Amino acid sequence: MIRTRQLAYRYNGGPVLGFGDVDVPQGGLLLLRGASGSGKSTWLALAAGLLAATEGELTVADQPLGTLKNAASDAWRAQTIGFLPQRLHLSAALSVHDNLAMAQWAAGQAPDEGRIAEALTALDVQTLASRKPAQLSGGQAQRVALARAVLLKPRVILADEPTASLDDEAAAASLALLRTTAQHQGATLVIATHDARVSALFKNEKGLRSMQVGCKTL
Amino acid sequence: MKTIAISWRYLWSRPLAAALNLLLLSLGLASITFLLLVSHQISRAFERDLAGIDVVVGAKGSPMQLILSGVFHLDVPTGNVPLAAVKALESHPQVAKIIPISLGDSFRGFRIVGTTPGYISHYDAQLAQGALWRQPMQAVIGAQVAKQTGLKLGDSFAGTHGLGGGGDVHNQTPYTVVGVLAAGGSVLDRLVLTATESVWKVHETDTALDEEDQKILEEEREITLALIQYKTPLAAVTFPRYINSTTDMQAAAPALEITRLLSMVGVGIDVLRALAGVLLLTASLSVFIALWGAVRERRADLALLRMLGAPPRKVAGLLLCEALWLALLATVLGVLAGQGLTALIAFTLQLEKSVLIGALSWPVELISVPVLALGVALASALLPAWEAYRVSVFELLQPG
Repeated sequence: MIRTRQLAYRYNGGPVLGFGDVDVPQGGLLLLRGASGSGKSTWLALAAGLLAATEGELTVADQPLGTLKNAASDAWRAQTIGFLPQRLHLSAALSVHDNLAMAQWAAGQAPDEGRIAEALTALDVQTLASRKPAQLSGGQAQRVALARAVLLKPRVILADEPTASLDDEAAAASLALLRTTAQHQGATLVIATHDARVSALFKNEKGLRSMQVGCKTL
Repeated sequence: MKTIAISWRYLWSRPLAAALNLLLLSLGLASITFLLLVSHQISRAFERDLAGIDVVVGAKGSPMQLILSGVFHLDVPTGNVPLAAVKALESHPQVAKIIPISLGDSFRGFRIVGTTPGYISHYDAQLAQGALWRQPMQAVIGAQVAKQTGLKLGDSFAGTHGLGGGGDVHNQTPYTVVGVLAAGGSVLDRLVLTATESVWKVHETDTALDEEDQKILEEEREITLALIQYKTPLAAVTFPRYINSTTDMQAAAPALEITRLLSMVGVGIDVLRALAGVLLLTASLSVFIALWGAVRERRADLALLRMLGAPPRKVAGLLLCEALWLALLATVLGVLAGQGLTALIAFTLQLEKSVLIGALSWPVELISVPVLALGVALASALLPAWEAYRVSVFELLQPG
């Protein structure tokens, strides 16, 4: 679950960025809408514990943020947050399998081959385990990145512009995959997007929360 | 996956840059290794050959030439001194031991040295085969002489006049090999040793016309120089002065001359050392540029690691580890290359019968090679690691 109350963040010497209140139950879906530079990234960084809010309250997966410091925050993020970056950022130097293994390493966890195989199988990319990211198609790469995001069974998945530069069909497939993967994990899904197609695709989704970012500068 | 495994993959994800840096770093370390080994071996060879020889007495001339010719058998001697004058020194109260050395002939470039068995026992040399000479024209050969000329016990050979080779061959007076010395690493390894009388005999047989002539020659017998050990260290103050002022001979202290020689050679070594330093500096810069480029190129990768929960020190550690890999590989390659180069030089020098440099040695000073490698790697990785430490996750979140 994610709950915010009067959340605001002020950049060094910059304007204060305010966000509307949201309540997303565990396993729910939140759309974070807004143009580029409207503050979606800031909200994601706040939710991931990478930034500390200047004002207001933010609770992610039962954890009130702002009380965690450095290492504890890193450890919490590793356990709680799955992240799907817009440009995927699979490490070109490592194979698909090693990209996932590196996520375990980064989280400070012992290598778990079984879990890597499980995550790859869940996204139907287990046959690509030994390939380098350069040898993957766009769709395959997104599946691998998603496998990496859910590897540590996070309770919240943050997806940054998952439909950018995809055509309608691929965008729909990508969103459906995200939704089913998150549901399968029981994870709360947050999609930050400026793409109107996303809202359209999810308009029948029950319990959908949506927040427009950037309209409320204090 | 471990940090070392991941950093290894990252290092070789840019094979050209990695290989180039490895090469540069290895070259610098190899030259350092080479310098260390050569100066270690040269000073060790000097020390070993010098052992216990306090002063060398010979014909007047350059003292260093006297030492180089008499102790290390590198240079030509300054001349000869009358046997009688050296004999007189034996009764000098400050003299403990005198070893006469007579030079003049050689065999295939190896010097034939007329001396007493005391010369062999002075270096604690052991016989590998045979026995010491019991009469003139019997020879004991050093290990290296045996190896390179193929002479065996019972073989006979004729000396060539002069130390260089290409002189007249003393065919009338051949030597017989009666003993072969075990390799001891000292100057004896590359000498042909025989009784002092042999040297006289060879030349007297060649020049004497009749018996009367022979007698005159016997009275005028000379040796080339004498190696002397003092009874008391105090003799070092008075004995050389006594020789230099009251006789027609000169006394040279090897320790003094070698210090002088090493300080002259030292300039060359310093220049080489500076060169190696410049090489290392270049390597260090190159490693820095590569790592810096790697951080820039991999900002997103590193930021993702932070997003995945890696603390900053883990991300910075990854980069340091990459530099350490370079240091480790370069140390191994550099030391191997340095040892190889030294062995190559030693091989060439042994062929020229000059200063003995053993093929392999691991002096303690060699520890400075990994230390240097580590220092260079860490120094060049410091700034990139810091950059990695403070990489911002925003790189991932904000497009463009």
